[in-house]
Amino acid sequence: MDALVQMVLDIWNSIPADFQYLIVTLAKILLVTITVILVVAFTTYFERKVIGHMQGRIGPNRVGPLGLGQPFADVIKLLIKEVVVPEKSNRFLFVIAPLLAIIPALATWAVIPLAPNFVIADINAGLLYVLALTSVGVYGIILAGWATNSKYAFLGAMRSGAQIVAYEIAMGFALVGVLMAAGSLNLGDITRAQAGGFSNWFLVPLLPLFFVYFISGVAETNRAPFDVTEGESEIVAGFHVEYSGVAFAVFFLAEYANIILISALTAIFFLGGWASPFEGWAFLGDGSLLREPSFIWLAAKICFFIFVFFWLRATFPRYRYDQIMRLGWKVFIPVTIVWIAVEGVMVWLQLGPWERLAG
Amino acid sequence: MNKLQSYIKTFLLWELWLGLSVTLRNFFKRSVTIQYPEEKTPQSFRFRGLHALRRYPNGEERCIACKLCEAVCPALAITIESDVSDDGTRRTTRYDIDLFKCIYCGFCEEACPVDAIVETRIHEYHMEAPGENIMTKDKLLAVGEKFDAMISADKAADAKYR
Repeated sequence: MDALVQMVLDIWNSIPADFQYLIVTLAKILLVTITVILVVAFTTYFERKVIGHMQGRIGPNRVGPLGLGQPFADVIKLLIKEVVVPEKSNRFLFVIAPLLAIIPALATWAVIPLAPNFVIADINAGLLYVLALTSVGVYGIILAGWATNSKYAFLGAMRSGAQIVAYEIAMGFALVGVLMAAGSLNLGDITRAQAGGFSNWFLVPLLPLFFVYFISGVAETNRAPFDVTEGESEIVAGFHVEYSGVAFAVFFLAEYANIILISALTAIFFLGGWASPFEGWAFLGDGSLLREPSFIWLAAKICFFIFVFFWLRATFPRYRYDQIMRLGWKVFIPVTIVWIAVEGVMVWLQLGPWERLAG
Repeated sequence: MNKLQSYIKTFLLWELWLGLSVTLRNFFKRSVTIQYPEEKTPQSFRFRGLHALRRYPNGEERCIACKLCEAVCPALAITIESDVSDDGTRRTTRYDIDLFKCIYCGFCEEACPVDAIVETRIHEYHMEAPGENIMTKDKLLAVGEKFDAMISADKAADAKYR
């Protein structure tokens, strides 16, 4: 046994350091990607359960114990279905569009600090990378709508394009507030700036920005009540009308991966990421696990925001298209700009909850 | 002033919070789902399901081929042909109900002077081949014999309201 371990270690040490780094990074990427995809599977189950209970139903409960096998049954169903490519569609773009939707949704996880010492790429401009990649996600939707060569898909794509452009700005401005408070673009540093219990979270000094960011996030992911892109009652299924089988499954995956991503980002920017809410409570004892920062806290916060996504979907009817535009351009952008100014003045004067924040 | 008030309310998402509280309360309430094949909702003894033709306790057919049910049937689902039987009584030679035409109104049951045609509580039946939707006299009598206890109990329960 020892000899075997020694042999593996020898082989490992004989690899050049650059390759070691490559292998470790690839392993991390694989771990995070597979975890995200598995979580997506159970998010669909979670959604159906949550909405079911809110509507007085019980949701899926037939496949496996408590219906936990439902996501796998759905996946298998989608995998064995035929992929139909419409005759007059642009074949290349039609096939590549789902990939363009899923890649940014998964790639953004590279800079997310999942635990105090776990992040795939600890880059300085992490927040810019996040903003850039979440904007790229709209290409998948627009290309899908365009390549399908169908009026419904095209309408859905155009709506989605306009909506995402509108909310991207509010989202960006909300993040400027976070940036001012943390004094860094690195997501790990932003998390560390919120250490010391929930009173230090950016949620408190940046409350309006938190709401603007989360609601914009719901709009960005094209989820109810901002799902005019899909709008079953108006344009069938929007940009993915003609998609079936695996291609549809990839869009589905991208949508839910984006939900988890927005939940994770909201948790990191405003709720202190992996920081424990009880860090400041000395009476819990020094070694108390409740005070330790860990992945569990981030996971709990992500779960909460995912729940809120489904809660919103169960509660609100779909916004009208012009109302969405009005909310994005005439409410959110002024609110964020005003609050950034307020924040600047408050930090300058070192008042109330703003006094700790970086200038 | 009122305008300002409503403006502030809108800005604080007041109505939206109310809506969210409603769904959250329902989230923690018991679900009302009935797990159908295992659990069933209570059923009235007046439930109008699959038809049956009844017999008297001595085995004699109740139906006297008066054709009142055929006449009253609003969907023209019933077809009756009659003849004189071996013992000299008037009997049906054919009594067909087309289940695709039937609207389960129960008029046939109301019209019957001898309580021969009844609608039972059976509602979990299906057809597998074309033509199975026609309930012939034999099939109707078979249903009546098989579920005689249930039909009699339902009739007895309903009797005091007639």
